Amino acid sequence: MKLSSGDIARYVAGDISNGSYVNLGIGMPMLVSDYIPEDSEFILHTENGMLGMGPAAAEGAEDWDIVNAGKQAVSILRGGSYFHHADSFAMIRGGHIDISILGAYEVAANGDIANWLIPGPRPPAVGGAMDLVAGAKQVWVMLSSHVSKSGEPKVVESCTLPLTGVGCVNRVYSDLAIIDITVDGPLVTAMVEGLEREDLQAKTGAILNFVPKCEILKSCKNEV
Amino acid sequence: MSEITADCDDLKDGATVLLGGFGDTGVAVKLIDALRELSLSNLTVVSNGAGGGEYGLARLIKSGSVGKIICSFPRSSDSKIFEDLYSAGKIELETVPQGTLAERIRAGGAGIPAFYTATAFGTPLADSKEVRVFNGRHYVMERAIRADIALVHAATGDRWGNLTYRSTARNFNPVMATAASTTLVEVRKLVDMVPPEEVITPGIFVDRMIEVGDYT
Repeated sequence: MKLSSGDIARYVAGDISNGSYVNLGIGMPMLVSDYIPEDSEFILHTENGMLGMGPAAAEGAEDWDIVNAGKQAVSILRGGSYFHHADSFAMIRGGHIDISILGAYEVAANGDIANWLIPGPRPPAVGGAMDLVAGAKQVWVMLSSHVSKSGEPKVVESCTLPLTGVGCVNRVYSDLAIIDITVDGPLVTAMVEGLEREDLQAKTGAILNFVPKCEILKSCKNEV
Repeated sequence: MSEITADCDDLKDGATVLLGGFGDTGVAVKLIDALRELSLSNLTVVSNGAGGGEYGLARLIKSGSVGKIICSFPRSSDSKIFEDLYSAGKIELETVPQGTLAERIRAGGAGIPAFYTATAFGTPLADSKEVRVFNGRHYVMERAIRADIALVHAATGDRWGNLTYRSTARNFNPVMATAASTTLVEVRKLVDMVPPEEVITPGIFVDRMIEVGDYT
């Protein structure tokens, strides 16, 4: 069994403390906003200058002055604010953002992350990724698949792609497991139903440690 | 539009130009068009992106005025004009993390020549840059950006140059307004007076302004 991206987002959302300031990366991490528990308030930060970011604007009601980091028309919630780029990145670089949630190509056993560049002919584009991984109090990585399309592990001993940051990832959520990155290396705290430790280790490029009793992750068929 | 660019010594070949905006939001497209009509050469453009579609910055690049771009995200679904020139080796690119870009401009406006940041330490974007350790952590030295010209898009402005911005159309604009020898502003609406409590960019940072209406 594997978790869907929605399942992963649901587990991530469930681990975020009420009242946290959270930056969701473009793509899969944005799914987390669909799973905010009813009794929780997360204050979403978007690096182009807004706190209190709300859902995507309804079709036909877009206001193109109100966009997120992915340049999509969004909305602002009660209590939100606008600010300029230097203030926005002071929030990130000054350690005021509680959790940055991003995707990645590779995460290493020591918390290094590679998520911005696959070397090739196109111009290198970084956006705010290097600021987020260096500055947020916690950096969580979401992997829609524990291994790449060709079966290569994404959690590795050391990254082979150009780094986004060094020693900065705190936790990885994949379709198979939740792994804390500790000073002693990757520590598995949860695995999907029916998966054996040896199976997970075989799909991982770094040596895994396990908590004595891993939480069992289950897929939820009732997608929101 | 030509009156705002007339007799401005900072609009010259080889100038460094700050362009506010994020994607298509808060971009001074009318001022960029006015700049393009001057047919300057070898400009260094500082912007978050490298322009999309066939308007604004992309059109300025296509006109051949731009020699170098300093930006954080030179790629989008429609950044073909820049990417084609980049592939052909006809335009220089300096990729900078977005927060480092904002801070380099802020520092430029605040008279700070350089600063240290943890961002990009250990990555290719810190190659050959000075690194120092403070309190046990590694930091990369980054230099300020000062420009000849800033092109800013604002919501309202008054005759003292005080500006407001609308929602996320603020983005880089207030920071860039501080960091150029000459700051040119297009405002959607000229007003009698921006209430002092609502001023985001104080007029001291603004040199010339033109009303362009709500065209975005």
